[in-house]
Amino acid sequence: MQPSKLVQKYFREANLPTIWCPGCSHGITTKAIAQAIENLGLDKDNTVIVSGIGCSSRAPGYMAFNTVHTTHGRAIAFATGIKLSKPELNVIVITGDGDASAIGGNHLIHAARRNIDITVVVFNNNIYGMTGGQYSPTTPTGAFGTTAPYGNVDQPFDILKLAEGAGATYTARGTAYHTKQLISYITKAIDHKGFSIVDAISVCPTYYGRRNQAGTGVQMMVWLKDNFVEKTVYDKLPEDKRAGKFTYGEFHQEDRPEYTAEYQKLIEHVRGEQ
Amino acid sequence: MANKIALMQGNEACVQGALYAGYRFYAGYPITPSTEIAELSALELPKVGGKFIQMEDEIGGIAAAIGASIAGTKAMTATSGPGFSLKQENIGYAVMAQIPLVIVNVMRGGPSTGLPTQSAQADIMQAKWGSHGDYPMIALSPISVRETFDLTVRAFNLAEKYRTPVMLMTDEVIGHLRERVEIPVEGELEVFDRITAEAGKLRRRPYEKEPGEIVPAMSVFGDGNRTHTTGLFYNETGFPSNSTENAKIMLDRIFSKIYDHVDDIVQVEEYELADCEVAFVAFGSTSRVVKAAIKQLRADGIKAGLLRAITIWPSPEKQIRALAEQVDHIIVAEQNEGQYVREVQRIVEGRAKVYHIGRGNGEILTPPELIDLVKEVKHATK
Amino acid sequence: MKHIEFRLTGSGGQGVLMLGVILAEAAINKGYNAIQSQSYGPEARGGASRCEVIISGQDIDFPEVQQPDVLLALTQLAADKYARDLKADAIVIIDDSIELSHDPGTKNIYRLPILVTARDVVRKELTANIVSLAAINQILGLFDQAELLEAILHRVPKGTEILNQRAVDAGIELVQNHAG
Repeated sequence: MQPSKLVQKYFREANLPTIWCPGCSHGITTKAIAQAIENLGLDKDNTVIVSGIGCSSRAPGYMAFNTVHTTHGRAIAFATGIKLSKPELNVIVITGDGDASAIGGNHLIHAARRNIDITVVVFNNNIYGMTGGQYSPTTPTGAFGTTAPYGNVDQPFDILKLAEGAGATYTARGTAYHTKQLISYITKAIDHKGFSIVDAISVCPTYYGRRNQAGTGVQMMVWLKDNFVEKTVYDKLPEDKRAGKFTYGEFHQEDRPEYTAEYQKLIEHVRGEQ
Repeated sequence: MANKIALMQGNEACVQGALYAGYRFYAGYPITPSTEIAELSALELPKVGGKFIQMEDEIGGIAAAIGASIAGTKAMTATSGPGFSLKQENIGYAVMAQIPLVIVNVMRGGPSTGLPTQSAQADIMQAKWGSHGDYPMIALSPISVRETFDLTVRAFNLAEKYRTPVMLMTDEVIGHLRERVEIPVEGELEVFDRITAEAGKLRRRPYEKEPGEIVPAMSVFGDGNRTHTTGLFYNETGFPSNSTENAKIMLDRIFSKIYDHVDDIVQVEEYELADCEVAFVAFGSTSRVVKAAIKQLRADGIKAGLLRAITIWPSPEKQIRALAEQVDHIIVAEQNEGQYVREVQRIVEGRAKVYHIGRGNGEILTPPELIDLVKEVKHATK
Repeated sequence: MKHIEFRLTGSGGQGVLMLGVILAEAAINKGYNAIQSQSYGPEARGGASRCEVIISGQDIDFPEVQQPDVLLALTQLAADKYARDLKADAIVIIDDSIELSHDPGTKNIYRLPILVTARDVVRKELTANIVSLAAINQILGLFDQAELLEAILHRVPKGTEILNQRAVDAGIELVQNHAG
């Protein structure tokens, strides 16, 4: 079977197949990013993909752009340096729920505060997969992980609320099942001038699924289909129909001065005065 | 053109040196006693079209600086004490991924918060061994404000030439000292610019050295080479490899690019060594104290001398070994409880008696203490 | 030029740091070597603040003042703390509001109304550092007036030239009027 045109154009075929487990949805989300880039017609040479550490963060190695696989939690900080030094580059961060909101939480909120023109796609599977299934900041209370053998006592983050509170100017949530919408959100996020974040709900049958009797990858995808409702639809649902449902969709969008553009103005101001 | 003379502070000389070397990016976090480097970078960089960013923490500071370097910009970060500890993981990253970067540590007393406003030279071992895993490090230590300028330029040169992070290990005394400086004019000091790969050429093996190269020419983001950078062990393609055989080759490359060129990298100052009977080994601000002591000792007819390590890592093994052949007594003077003395002992291998004088309480050594020790050492051998 | 060590002390905000920088700069302009350092951190924010300058015709190796040749103290606290470990023939210049709580070990003591002069004669308290600098220079004879003024004007804000000239004149006069 020939790989699709999208794969041929945007992936490093020599590095395929990926290291991801059967049933893992990270491939879907990675492909959604490639499709969004295709939609926008971005120049591959001017596009940078930055990741941290974890299962999701292996994605850039398969993608035919300028790619950098950094240290755990620091992808957004590296990306800040790349974007600020060369604002003409399109900078996309691929990160996981633990990478972005636990060890890297500080960089996430401050990049959002600065409104620097970076797009963050969180491959959010509610678990630390690479290290074998420990609970993360997005693991639901009561769910099981290898470090939550009696059920998780922690309460989870809503990453988008966190980002919006910190100043992100575009936030959206998609799922690995609702790929059409996911691609649309990532496309808009990349096109948005400012700090944008897409919470891409993913499934990890190997660790989250097994520990929580959530079934196979396919069954977990069906669960996404049955339990995620588009935000505007959800808002119209009667109270009794909302119980237990989760939302995807676009949550926040605003225009605010973008960091690298503002810094450029500062340079021009300073140099004008010299 | 005549050199301009100025009264300049050490931390200011670092920024002026960085500008001379062509840095265009600074990311860091405020910390005493290195803060002036950030403040002056914020002031000066926009004037030359460069960028300054105060990051949310020390780790973000070095991460953003590495990011800028990957994108092709000469970058620097500076810190002190606790911040140096926080930066360690990403220092290892820059070594592994072979990213040029200058890291300045204006040393203060520790451990922990320690003595923020007082001087120490107690991060000397951390400079070499602070990040996890096996790796070499280049670290330079200036004796004066002017040398802070020169060694900052040299730190950039070495970082670019060997594609590796380089540390400037200065201290509170030199960082805050204002001193007469003859500012180098353009062209007076060598400035080495990064050797970048040909643009617009997809590179399948960007980490393969071409004949005559010390390190493979670097691809930078946006140049059309579309390379991959990682902190995992990688092979010549730049992509991760789990093979232990490959890891051995990689480690060997990271080490040999430094250790095969120690004669280029290592610099020492030999002060009154020719006829000396008791020799000091020192670096940075402490070597000023040693010089003052030597002048006094020589006036009293005692032949003392100093081997000053300008490059502290890799250590000047050849020079220290030669010194051990020449003298029976080597005194390592350093502003800590005993660090570099271990390296000197390792190199000397018992060929001379090695002594340590130093303290980590923030109080700098004084010439009379050194003079007394030399006299004691000499007396004991009679 | 012999080796001269200065310890310049006062309270935060009196400008002893600036005084040290100008002194060192004037020395460099004249072709001497000079270094300047100061106390930092909490010590510099409250209580006594200290600035050190060494001027020499030779290389200055040891970077700190060991035994001052010249001590300036503008406050009681600074004098109590820093008028110590002086050279036997050191010159001590203190504001006349200060009562020395101990014998500094030298006879060369100048008690000068520096703060009052800055306030009432120059009519700007902030110029106490420049008044002090001019007094120090008048006693030591390091620089001629033009050299001193050039170093001062290089560091003070534009538009304060006349004020600083008045401060210099006042400092010189204090020493000239000093009974000894």
